[in-house]
Amino acid sequence: MNVVPPAARGFRQCLAALVAAYNKPMETAESRSEAPFATDRAALLRRLQWTLPAHGLLSAEEDLRPYECDGLTAWRQLPLAVCLPENEGQVIDVLRCCHQLGVPVVARGAGTGLSGGAMPHAEGVVLSLARLNKILRLDPTARLAVVQPGVRNLAVSEAAAAFGLYYAPDPSSQIACTLGGNVAENSGGVHCLKYGLTVHNVLRLRVVSIEGEVFEIGSAAPDAPGYDLLALLIGSEGMLGVVSEITVKLTPKPELARVAMASFADVGQAGAAVAAIIAAGIIPAGLEMMDKAATAAVEPFVQAGYDLEAAAILLCESDGAPEEVAEEMARITAVLTAAGAGEVRVSQSEAERLRFWAGRKAAFPAVGRITPDYYCMDGTIPRKRLAEMLTAIAALERQYGLRCANVFHAGDGNLHPLIMYDASQPGEWDKAEAFGAEILELSVALGGSITGEHGVGIEKINQMCVQYATPELETFHRLKAAFDEGGLLNPGKAVPSLHRCAEYGRMHVHRGELKFPQLERF
Amino acid sequence: MSRVATLDDIVAAIRAAHDSHTPLRPRGGGSKDFYGGLLAGDALDLSGHRGIVAYEPSELYLTARAGTPLAEIEATLAEQGQMLACEPPHFSGATLGATLGATLGGTVAAGLSGPRRMQAGAVRDFVLGVKLIDGTGQTLDFGGQVMKNVAGYDVSRFIVGSLGTLGVIAEATLKVLPRPVAEATRQFACTEAEALLWLNEWGGQPLPLSASFWHDGRLSLRLSGAAAAVAAACRRLGGEPVAEAEAAWQAVREQTHAAYAGPLLWRLALPTSAPPLALDGLRASEWGGGLRWYATDAEPAAVRAVAAAAGGHATLYRAPESLRCREGAFAPLPPALLALHRRLKKVFDPRGILSPGRLYAEF
Repeated sequence: MNVVPPAARGFRQCLAALVAAYNKPMETAESRSEAPFATDRAALLRRLQWTLPAHGLLSAEEDLRPYECDGLTAWRQLPLAVCLPENEGQVIDVLRCCHQLGVPVVARGAGTGLSGGAMPHAEGVVLSLARLNKILRLDPTARLAVVQPGVRNLAVSEAAAAFGLYYAPDPSSQIACTLGGNVAENSGGVHCLKYGLTVHNVLRLRVVSIEGEVFEIGSAAPDAPGYDLLALLIGSEGMLGVVSEITVKLTPKPELARVAMASFADVGQAGAAVAAIIAAGIIPAGLEMMDKAATAAVEPFVQAGYDLEAAAILLCESDGAPEEVAEEMARITAVLTAAGAGEVRVSQSEAERLRFWAGRKAAFPAVGRITPDYYCMDGTIPRKRLAEMLTAIAALERQYGLRCANVFHAGDGNLHPLIMYDASQPGEWDKAEAFGAEILELSVALGGSITGEHGVGIEKINQMCVQYATPELETFHRLKAAFDEGGLLNPGKAVPSLHRCAEYGRMHVHRGELKFPQLERF
Repeated sequence: MSRVATLDDIVAAIRAAHDSHTPLRPRGGGSKDFYGGLLAGDALDLSGHRGIVAYEPSELYLTARAGTPLAEIEATLAEQGQMLACEPPHFSGATLGATLGATLGGTVAAGLSGPRRMQAGAVRDFVLGVKLIDGTGQTLDFGGQVMKNVAGYDVSRFIVGSLGTLGVIAEATLKVLPRPVAEATRQFACTEAEALLWLNEWGGQPLPLSASFWHDGRLSLRLSGAAAAVAAACRRLGGEPVAEAEAAWQAVREQTHAAYAGPLLWRLALPTSAPPLALDGLRASEWGGGLRWYATDAEPAAVRAVAAAAGGHATLYRAPESLRCREGAFAPLPPALLALHRRLKKVFDPRGILSPGRLYAEF
């Protein structure tokens, strides 16, 4: 039923099993997006039929069904129509039409997002950029590629490989997710500690405003004049404009990469080892952590050779020239050993390196095999508080009676706890969601963020009230209005209304005490 | 000029300016007073609001108040073997007329980066969070101290380079990085065209390049990283070794090198692959060819046209104030973008009191 290519289905299982949506909602998708719109569907379809060729417009229910959710399947909503433009001109026409009629527009790439950012609006259209899928120019001398928003992340690296170049940000969905979606979410990946996020690797965007006006921001030259609009647009979750063209930076492919795998008898020790590596002046190409629940799920699935006795394992990658990798790997091994690692194994071949990583990359589907459903979180915390967070998650597991497997981008303190539950049991999804909300709010209390790379979307809209106070939220709303006065682009997502926050705050007060009273507030 | 020491002072000064519709110009060390457009309004001297608030080497971040001198920040980082990898200029010293040198707030507001920029990233790439007082006197906290944070619009990075027009930066958090284990500099005799050719070729290879500087027929190339990798790259690239290169790179970063001297200096940002321009007066190029400096008497419009034709843009970097005011320091924005800039300015500074005209004459 989904439009995601078969290869991506494993990934989609991250939240796919949340079919729970059908048993549960206390809140409906519609109520969460606070829809004040009332669209004349017949009038809208008439206008869109003039605008798009017949194969570029979907309106029958069975055609709309695949678009009712993104990777966060707990929240679903059928749109009035799905537009599939094939060029920028058609994107402009669709936006103009929606602007004139006052119809909400939800832009969508491959629909692999995990926060419901591309969940449709009940009174609006989905604007799929999937057919704008051409690499327009690849310039190996200037080390850049100009692509349309529907180009898949991995396709850029594949096209650049012939020149010894690649596109550095590598979200785990990279086989399916699109560059347009990456821009909307400021996607990361396992290598962003060293190579940066999307915002560090995009040079220029062509953006279509809700009025259908085109503007270019950034440049293939450094330090474009005026305000840094790239920073504002990247990660804006489709709220400010629709991207029609992207210039990305290409990076020379390192000659060699090796990964060290270290076992720890204690998660606190593993967390301290992460800090020790950074403190030793090493910026690894990747630094990942998995706890015992995660390795236990993964090992039977992929036989990566993980130490199943260990409370946690770390994967630490070094890349660069062979001399550099040898020198850095020796230092990494020494630091890990000094930090109390029981065993440190360094990959001796590319095949072994990929096997060590296979377990980490398969963590989501592997957890999907041992539980009917799971819910994937995305908080970020200071590295030194990893052990504290893990202890708190263990306590929450007991409190909610649900298990949780933990995989972390430890190098940048980005956690992906996978809360296991059974959607067929009444009330379990609600428990899982409350469990997740507590993790996110604890992330804020520990000095971190509710989302490292998945975005706020519809999922974490309430936690934005915890992350930011009223003046910042008001500024965000005014910023949006500077781009989209009528609030037609992805309404109800990413930034909560002050009314919603007041309601959410009251709910919390009713529960009594401030959460985590022992913690210092930031 | 009014001098402020505390956050409350800053808020009070902005509220007073807001209430009386009086222009106000945030200023740190004054090291970049020469940069940008008009200097309008009373200076709000933030050099008293200083001090490092938090620094955690193993968390790779440092938070400091706006008036903290860069020199103090970098000395603190150096004790732990870390650095500001974007290498922003200090512009200190009597010769430049600003003894205090750059502050953190001014560094973020101006967004000027140094020699390591093409490899390590620009100032904006290292900003994790800001405390900003907007044009109504509201205190706003954006971002934070963690490396990855996609909650809300990324205002902390957006503010970089806004030259005090969107708010007063009271505090900022920057990502910091370990200093490279080893560095070496090689020099090559070559024309500008040869340098560009080589730099673009090397830029596409996995070499530990960290800076380039071409001037008067000589290309200097800095390599940084693991000792073995730097040594291997030096063998592979050839060139002559340069001893005591640190001082030379310092002169590039601080623009005390002769190439940057003179009353008129154009800063052209270009795609690195842009061939030599049909423009006289090339002084130097940096950033693998992405940044080229010209001292030319050509008409400003002509300089801008040449840069634009090559896919870049030209900034009237150093020039008499009258010329900068007449021609605009920065390349003009197309109408749709200019209109958007004005709306964004209004979001943060509805009365237009903060550094009016410093970025563009229109707002």
